[in-house]
Amino acid sequence: MSKHTLSVLVENKPGVLARIAGLFSRRGYNIEALAVGETEHPEVSRMTIRVDVDQLPLEQVTKQLNKLVEVLKVVELAPESSVQRHIILVKVRADTAHRGQVMEVVEMFRAKIVDVGPDTLVIEATGNVLKLEALLRLLEPFGVKELVQSGLVAIGRGSRSITDRSSRA
Amino acid sequence: MIDQRGAQSAPTPADVAAPSRLRAPVECTGAQSLVHSLEAMGVDTVFGIPGGAILPAYDPLMDSPTVRHILVRHEQGAGHAAEGYASATGRVGVCMATSGPGATNLVTPLADAYMDSVPIVAITGQVGSRAIGTDAFQEADIRGITMPITKHNYLITDAAEIPRAISEAFHVAATGRPGPVLVDITKDALQAQTTFSWPPKHELAGYRPVLKPHGKQIREAARLMEEARRPVFYVGGGVIRAEASQELQRLVELTGIPLVTTLMARGAVPDDHELHLGMPGMHGSVAAVTALQKADLLITLGARFDDRVTGKLDSFAPGAKVIHADVDPAEIGKNRKVDVPIVGDVKEVINDLIDTIAADRAAGHVPDYSAWVDQTQGWKRTYPVGYVHGDETTIAPQAVISALGEIAGPEAIYVSGVGQHQMWASQFIAYQRPNAWLNSGGLGTMGYCIPAAMGAKTGEPDRVVWAIDGDGCFQMTNQELATCVINQIPIKVAIINNSSLGMVRQWQTLFYDERYSNTDLNTSHDNVFIPDFVKLAEAYGCVGIRVTDPAEVEGAIRQAMEINDRPVLIDFVVSRDAMVWPMVAAGVSNDEIKIAKGLSPEWDRED
Repeated sequence: MSKHTLSVLVENKPGVLARIAGLFSRRGYNIEALAVGETEHPEVSRMTIRVDVDQLPLEQVTKQLNKLVEVLKVVELAPESSVQRHIILVKVRADTAHRGQVMEVVEMFRAKIVDVGPDTLVIEATGNVLKLEALLRLLEPFGVKELVQSGLVAIGRGSRSITDRSSRA
Repeated sequence: MIDQRGAQSAPTPADVAAPSRLRAPVECTGAQSLVHSLEAMGVDTVFGIPGGAILPAYDPLMDSPTVRHILVRHEQGAGHAAEGYASATGRVGVCMATSGPGATNLVTPLADAYMDSVPIVAITGQVGSRAIGTDAFQEADIRGITMPITKHNYLITDAAEIPRAISEAFHVAATGRPGPVLVDITKDALQAQTTFSWPPKHELAGYRPVLKPHGKQIREAARLMEEARRPVFYVGGGVIRAEASQELQRLVELTGIPLVTTLMARGAVPDDHELHLGMPGMHGSVAAVTALQKADLLITLGARFDDRVTGKLDSFAPGAKVIHADVDPAEIGKNRKVDVPIVGDVKEVINDLIDTIAADRAAGHVPDYSAWVDQTQGWKRTYPVGYVHGDETTIAPQAVISALGEIAGPEAIYVSGVGQHQMWASQFIAYQRPNAWLNSGGLGTMGYCIPAAMGAKTGEPDRVVWAIDGDGCFQMTNQELATCVINQIPIKVAIINNSSLGMVRQWQTLFYDERYSNTDLNTSHDNVFIPDFVKLAEAYGCVGIRVTDPAEVEGAIRQAMEINDRPVLIDFVVSRDAMVWPMVAAGVSNDEIKIAKGLSPEWDRED
C-alpha cells in the first residue's frame, strides 16, 4: 500500500461530504486525512483526501468518485509536483526548567508559540507530514498533553489550475 | 432535455416517452408541480402507497389525466413493480412512498435496481423541513440511507426545485449506466405555493457519461479479434439495457465468433442461434463455462466479471486477453485486468466494431475460427443442459418450466424470484428476444417476482406475463396479487413448490451433510400445505390450480393461458430433491464444473 493525495472538486451542496466519505467506506478504503473548503468559485468546494491504497484500488476509487453526480473533477497530486501542507496545534509540557529547550525546538522547525500557560506552551506548526512527524518526535520527551492536526491541503506547482472551468473534465 | 446518447443513435423509448414540451408557467402548489413534472416526463404509471408526508402529492395525482397510480400493498412491491415496468419496456419506472417506513421499505428494490442497472425513479415524502433532524414522527434520513444504493438522490426542501429535480432524476436514471434515483421531498415543499414551468434547466455539471467509444480502442479491439484463434463474446445485461440486441446479432454473424449470455443477458441473442453456447457461471452450461475457460480472447460487452460468472477469479479464463466495453468506466478493470478498455454505449461500440471489421473483411482479412467453433459445438452437443428425473410419480420442476416456455412462447415475459426455480427458468426456457426474461441477478432478492411481474404486465399489457416463483419467494411479496386483481393486471403465476428454501437445501445436501437446518417451509411436503396457495389465490380473487400429477402439467398451463380476465396461479407441487446442474461450487475454479453430483465432464473424449 502507498499513500496518495487526491484533490476532489465537488459541487458545494449539502450532503456531498457524506456521499464521498460513504463511498470510501463502502468500497473498503480508509481516509487518512481530509480537508474541505470552498474554492475561489464559491459554488465549488475542494476536498483534499489522503488515502493509503495500492495503485489498482486507487484507480477504482477514482473512477467511483468520478461517477458521483456532484463530483466535478478528481486529480491525484504527486508529492514531487505539488505543495502539501498539514497544520498541527500541540500543547506541550514546558515548565521553567524545560521551556528554553522547547523554544529551541520550535525555533529550529520555524514553528510558532501561540499560547503560553504556567507550565505549558501551545505550538502551531505547518509543513509536510515528514517535517511535522520529526517535530513531534522531538517534542515527545517533554510531554505532549494534547495534539490536534488538520487534514492535508495540497496544490499543484506551476501555473496551471485544476479549478479552471475549462479544465473541469 | 439534452440527448446524451448522441445525435446518431435512434431515440430510446425513454426519450420518446419523455417529451420536453414547453409549458407556460402556472401558479400552483409544490405537489401540483410534482404531478405536472411527472406528466411532462411522459409518466403513465406510478406504483405507490400514500401516507402522511407524501399526502399532499396524492391530492393532485387524483386529477391527473395521464398518470395512473396503482395502489400497491407494500412499498417493496411498488419498487419491484417499477423495476419490472422498466425492465420490460425500457422506460423509466416510477414508485412513490411516504416518509420513514414507507421510504425504508423501498430500500431493497432500490438496491436491487442499483445492482442490475434498472432505471427507476423513487419519490418519497419527507417530514417538514423544520422537523428534519428532530426524530419527528415517521422521519428517516432516506437520502443518507440510500446514498450507496442509488445512482443519485435528492432532498428537496424548496418547491421551486421540484421540476428540475424530477427532470434530472429521469435523465440520470435513464442515461449512461441506468440506475435508480430517489427524490425525497419535504411536506412543506409539497404544500408551498410555487410556479411550475417546463422544461427546467438541468444543473448536472458533474454528470457526463461517455457514450462515444474511442476510435483507437475500437481499432485495437478489432485487431485482437482478427488475431485471436479462440475468441468468445461474453455478453452481459448492458446489451439489454442499451437495446443493442439486433446490432449484437449482426456482429456475431459478421464475425462467426461464439457467444455466451449471462443471467442478465438472456435473450440478447436468440438462444437457438447456432453460435450461442448458453449461460456462463455457477449454473451455466458446460459449453459456455468451458469456452470462457479455454478462450484466448474475451470480447466483453456490458458485463462485469461478477463472481457468479468467474468463479475463483485467479483461474477464470486463464489464457484469455480481454476486451472490455462498458458505459461505466469503473467496471473496466475492477475485477479482471483488461487489454483493451472501451468506455462507451455498448450499442455504439458494437456498431463501430461492425464498421471496422466489415471494412477489414472487405479488404481480405478473414480470420478462421472454424476449429474453435467446431470444438465449442462439440461441447454443446455432448453436454446439453438437461436433467434426470427417475421418479415418474412426482413432477420434475425442470419439466414444468420447459413446458411453460414451450406453451407460452418467445413473446411472453418470464419473471422469476431467486433460487433454484430462477436457475431452471434461465436454463430451460428458450429466450429469443430481449426484455423477455426479468429477474433479480445482482442482489438476488427473494420477493422480486410477483411485484415485478405486475409492473411488467402494466407496461406491456399485450404480452403474456408468467411469474415463475418459488414457495419461499412467493411468501415474501404475494400480497401484490390483491393489487393485480383489483387493478385488472392478469399475470400468471407458476409456483415451483418444493416445500423448502430449495437452493439453500441444495447446498445443505452438497456441502452440509444433508443436515437441513431451517429450510423446510411446509408448503406441500407430506401433505402439509401451510399456507394453501390455491386457497390463498382464491382468497385474493385469483384462479387457483394445484398440480401434483406430472400428466397434468401441460393441461394446467394451457388452462391458465385461457384465463385473461384475472390473475391465475398454479401451485406445481414438485420433487424437493431436484437440484440445479451443472454447478461450479462457490469459490472454486470454473474448471471444476460438475454436471451432476460428483460427476465432471470428460475432457479427453473425442468430440
